[in-house]
Amino acid sequence: MTDIATYNFAYLDEQTKRMIRRAILKGIAIPGYQVPFASREMPMPYGWGTGGVQVTASIIGPDDVLKVIDQGADDTTNAVSIRAFFKKVANVAVTTDTAGATIIQTRHRIPEHPLTAGQVLVYQVPIPEPLRFLEPRETETRKMHALEEYGLMHVKLYEDIAKHGRIATTYAYPVKVEGRYVMDPSPTPKFDNPKMHRSPALQLFGAGREKRIYAVPPFTDVVSLDFEDHPFEVQTFDQPCALCAAENVYLDEVILDDHGGHMFVCSDTDHCEKRRQEGHRGHLAPEIHLASEKMEPAQ
Amino acid sequence: MTDEPLLRVSALSKFYGSRVGCDNVSFDLWPGEVLAVVGESGSGKTTLLNCLSTRLLPSSGTASYRMRDGQFRELYRMSEAERRFLMRTDWGFVHQNPADGLRMTVSAGANVGERLMAVGDRHYGKIRATAVDWLSRVEIEQDRIDDEPRAFSGGMRQRLQIARNLVTGPRLVFMDEPTGGLDVSVQARLLDLLRGLVTDLGLAAIVVTHDLAVARLLSQRMMVMKDGRVVESGLTDRVLDDPRAPYTQLLVSSILQV
Amino acid sequence: MPTPLVVSDVAKSFTMHLRDGIKLPVVAGVSFSIRAGECTVLGGPSGAGKSSILKMLYGNYAVDEGQIIVRHEDGLIDLANASPRTVLAVRRQTIGYVSQFLRTVPRVSALDVVAEPLVERGEEREVARGKARALLAQLNLPEKLWALPPATFSGGEQQRVNIARGFITGHPILLLDEPTASLDATNRNVVIELIAAKKAAGVALLGIFHDHDVREAVADRIIDVTAFAPGKLAA
Repeated sequence: MTDIATYNFAYLDEQTKRMIRRAILKGIAIPGYQVPFASREMPMPYGWGTGGVQVTASIIGPDDVLKVIDQGADDTTNAVSIRAFFKKVANVAVTTDTAGATIIQTRHRIPEHPLTAGQVLVYQVPIPEPLRFLEPRETETRKMHALEEYGLMHVKLYEDIAKHGRIATTYAYPVKVEGRYVMDPSPTPKFDNPKMHRSPALQLFGAGREKRIYAVPPFTDVVSLDFEDHPFEVQTFDQPCALCAAENVYLDEVILDDHGGHMFVCSDTDHCEKRRQEGHRGHLAPEIHLASEKMEPAQ
Repeated sequence: MTDEPLLRVSALSKFYGSRVGCDNVSFDLWPGEVLAVVGESGSGKTTLLNCLSTRLLPSSGTASYRMRDGQFRELYRMSEAERRFLMRTDWGFVHQNPADGLRMTVSAGANVGERLMAVGDRHYGKIRATAVDWLSRVEIEQDRIDDEPRAFSGGMRQRLQIARNLVTGPRLVFMDEPTGGLDVSVQARLLDLLRGLVTDLGLAAIVVTHDLAVARLLSQRMMVMKDGRVVESGLTDRVLDDPRAPYTQLLVSSILQV
Repeated sequence: MPTPLVVSDVAKSFTMHLRDGIKLPVVAGVSFSIRAGECTVLGGPSGAGKSSILKMLYGNYAVDEGQIIVRHEDGLIDLANASPRTVLAVRRQTIGYVSQFLRTVPRVSALDVVAEPLVERGEEREVARGKARALLAQLNLPEKLWALPPATFSGGEQQRVNIARGFITGHPILLLDEPTASLDATNRNVVIELIAAKKAAGVALLGIFHDHDVREAVADRIIDVTAFAPGKLAA
């Protein structure tokens, strides 16, 4: 008995895929605008990437190669389950190699390796509305987007500077898309914001619980909001990756023992692994045996 | 400098079925003039104010406003985007309850700076300096700039609301019982502040109040309303010192002497 | 212009709606004019309507019949039928008024109360304050009171603030309602001097003076208001 016989290709029925594709097309036509869509029941609960999964399911074809990452890693729970899900319902090729993927579904990070034309990056989004925490009324936020009334967004940044001396938002940092809509880039670190600007790849955003899809077409202007005298800055790290010595990448902190021992390593596991294969070594590399090096090879 | 009115209102009426909100109100308002609309509960004065400020659409009648470029625009034919922009830049609206006109969970400085940011100001230092300046103009201590209005007294909140409204240099301000609910000494201070600001900034204002003393202090012209209709209008001191309509005489004679 | 103000056939009555609409006539057939450089006095017993006439000339009371022609800027205005906006302009530029009682505004100092009419006419605030100080000094108001709001002043002190406020501008017409009522002899003389100065400057003054000596000193002409009693119209 084959599992495929019980599901339509990629789980969703064709009418649903059509509905989602229409929403995606509308999102591409209006960069940064949140398109409502009829989010379906998925075999994982809300909060586990149902929006991203529905977008991927609507665009994936038998010849696609899928990569799934969660906080930059291919081997965490979320990434592993979603990859297994698509293997089961679509039987597509999967990979951990960023350059070799045609579709990359991600939770909260953009890969370090630059994306190319023809690739699609699908983001999982919890709260699509950047103004939600300042203005709880949906009726008001819709008007604000429609009338381009974004003063409130800068109020939030003003408050940060007044309280902390600088803009304290470090993830889900709001951006202005193609000079018109203000968008929440999903809870990616602000470090990743510059990667969204004029990317050759298509960027799609899916929020399953909130039932919104939005998009940034290739080569679109994506500018982080700031003040003239407090310009947008990315985070910097004062040491390179402990495993592969990479610099200018986003690092995760890993606790090593109960005595406060820790190390900073690449959040993007594929990137780190490739660099180590090329021979780069960080100052902790020989001592640590990583679980990811034992991962099943891509099929 | 043109001598044209700032606001032209003609036959403005608002009905709720057969119930009269306000009926057939007409007047012109010139720059720098303060018009008091006086009446008791149910007189229609608040309905009139809400129609004039486009928070309500009237049942009939027109209102034309002279924009900064000198052109008259009919208010009820404007798009919602234009009306909202007008509300944020050229107009102010001071609510009776300051919490209705403030963002209570955002600092005083941000409350004052919001309109500036809404029209494109992007320099934090300048926005903050403007907020500091306005706080001092409404007699709020500068060290409260980062406090939330939740921690302010009623009088302070009201003064903050005024600063928030005036920061973009509006030419017309609507006020709905601006001193309602405040202690008497606080009222006196607020009225004096309003008087000063209106004079210094050359504001036109329409002030709805049931308090004749407030009307006397703030306005040059007055309209008395009863049951949705204007029963008397004219110079404030004339209407109060020589009331002609029966209802006005009743109102004036009802004021308690201190 | 020699006669900047002409009153023609003015009549007024009060209708007391709260007392079943009783009509109380005040004056009828009021006709007179005043001349520049002169002080005309309205005479007659209390209740004859002197104050009401003054208030009608200021637009503070409504006029039932007749006209009040005023030379305002370069034209003639009928104050009896003018719009509120016009009356305000006339008050600002042409007709000044010293009322019997000072209506105080909280927190505004005596100095600024006096300076205000000049500031309204476009004068710089500090210049206006300088002129206010000079007048208050002339009226012997103690300097320590200048920075205080007049609400707590005595009647005579308030009256002097009122007078200064009325005399500070260059209005061509000045209406005076009992300007010396609460003053001592010294200050009454100051007021007489001020009126003389205004006359010399070509201002047309119209006033009510109960004090006999002051009236004698300033009046060029006396109009007996009893001639305008209602019901006395020439048959």
